[in-house]
Amino acid sequence: MNIVVCIKQVPDSAAKVVAEGGQVTWGDAPLVLNPWDEFALEAALVQQEASGGDVTAICIGNETAKEALKTALAMGCSQAILVTDPALSEADSQAVSHVLAAAVKKVGNVDLALFGKQAIDSDTGVTAAQTARCLGWPILSSVSVIKAEPGSIHVERSIEEGRQIVDCKLPAAISVSKDIGEPRYPSFMGIRKASRATIPEWTISDLGIDAPKAVVRWPELINPPAREVTTEMISGDSPQEIAEKLVEKILGEKVL
Amino acid sequence: MSNKILVYIDQYKGEALPTSWEVLGAAQELAAKLSSEVVALTLGQDTQAVATQAFKYGAKEVYYCDDQTLADYRAEPYTSLVAKFAKEQSANVLLFPTTTRGRELAAMCSIDLEGGVLPDVTALEVENGRVIAIRPVYAGKLLCKTYCETGPAIITTRVRAFKKPAEDSSRSGTPVRYDPVMTETEIQSKVAGYSQAEAGVSLTDANVIVSGGRGVSNNPALTPPAGLDEKASEIWRAQEGFKLVGELASVLRGAVGASRAAVDAGYVPYSHQVGQTGKVVSPDLYIACGISGAIQHQAGMRSSKVIVAINKDVEAPIFKLARFGVVGDLFTMLPPLTEAFRKKMGK
Repeated sequence: MNIVVCIKQVPDSAAKVVAEGGQVTWGDAPLVLNPWDEFALEAALVQQEASGGDVTAICIGNETAKEALKTALAMGCSQAILVTDPALSEADSQAVSHVLAAAVKKVGNVDLALFGKQAIDSDTGVTAAQTARCLGWPILSSVSVIKAEPGSIHVERSIEEGRQIVDCKLPAAISVSKDIGEPRYPSFMGIRKASRATIPEWTISDLGIDAPKAVVRWPELINPPAREVTTEMISGDSPQEIAEKLVEKILGEKVL
Repeated sequence: MSNKILVYIDQYKGEALPTSWEVLGAAQELAAKLSSEVVALTLGQDTQAVATQAFKYGAKEVYYCDDQTLADYRAEPYTSLVAKFAKEQSANVLLFPTTTRGRELAAMCSIDLEGGVLPDVTALEVENGRVIAIRPVYAGKLLCKTYCETGPAIITTRVRAFKKPAEDSSRSGTPVRYDPVMTETEIQSKVAGYSQAEAGVSLTDANVIVSGGRGVSNNPALTPPAGLDEKASEIWRAQEGFKLVGELASVLRGAVGASRAAVDAGYVPYSHQVGQTGKVVSPDLYIACGISGAIQHQAGMRSSKVIVAINKDVEAPIFKLARFGVVGDLFTMLPPLTEAFRKKMGK
């Protein structure tokens, strides 16, 4: 089974993200592989170990995004490709998914396209489904279990009401949930291999498509209003007394 | 030129998700500002009752599709139908609830309709006839003001971010039946079944959430049963601790949440995790027990209306968000708190 994993590079989840002049800043916090995508990579590598085939990591971004691709290589991906083009600097999720779909087609013979649940910067969580639609493939999102059979897969996915078990023909696209299993750490050999790897760069014209036009605009990022809260510490002579005071206070907020 | 707002009513096994009515409420507010009309659509099997119920929440025009191919949600037949319907109605705004289904459908419809998707928005405004959405990004560390320049604006609204309109039983109407667009043989996937959902209130819908952190395994007064190794003893302790959390949640008819540390340590399943890599929640009351309040946890709960923190460490960052704080041991605090609520709420 040949698998493509679409990954993204994002500011670290512990970064102090602040808006300045309507734009995002995160100081000197590092850019990392999107944490959700680590689960997608893990799922892909588990499938590869079970049934062979190639795992290709694809990332849209500029030169710095190669670091995220190197992490993917170090984890064990067969190859990594950077899609980079100045025309993509303003790309929205629609444009990104058209480009990813074209890249998946260019890789060729792909059975499964895997994605993380969402990117922790834009938090849209729509790229997997959009890319699937561009490819004309079914989408299975929030998947926690994947069992591959020739030509089809059997998955469990989380929905609001519990878990749905789905059989699906390949090719298909999947977004992976955190309970697929803990992502592996890059091995020493993997890191060495990744550091020596040359990562091919594809431009929009290499993909044989026109630069997709962005539809969505985000003129302004703002800092959320500070949470105006006066913390009242509750104390007393016994846990019972504190508990009773606290209950009165909470009931006084009229939210129950 | 048509000027319609399409609302997708999400349902499961013939029952509407309450957040669907929030979407209908948001749509009516937008419609008033845009001088447009709201049309609601629901799909599945045995959906006529849901469609009829939509009138009571203010819908004037309701369509429904009731077909065996739609009995189980699958993205392809649902998307094809919603997109076709949106084109026929020339809808320039589509609204979905941010559920697993709603988000997927919005995403896929954006490709079919050549529009833009604005997911998980918490506020909607109209400026010069254009819909402007506010959506949290970077796990709520920032808010993004965003809109679609061309094509329909395809929006999903965050659960509990918009007010549910009051149900008015005097309203009624007759929904219009709509035909499915895909046949079973054209659909690539089949739903083989469902595994048992966990009992209890869903986190994202809950009015009250009581959450436990790593601290729930630290009760010194407990002696684990003999024969458990170190990790098993820790899990046993944690489960005893989560029983206390669960009892308080149950008295308040709320859901049980957990910090990432508690989930990663194997104390509770991932479905309980609140935070940046878990669920984002905004209940009316959030009680954090033994949770220090790492920035990633805050990202998932900071929009809760009233936050209460119980923690041994007076320096814990969670206290900065809390309306009420108790510096103390959760094992001594939770039982009397549960009891005190039981007395008050029992009335």
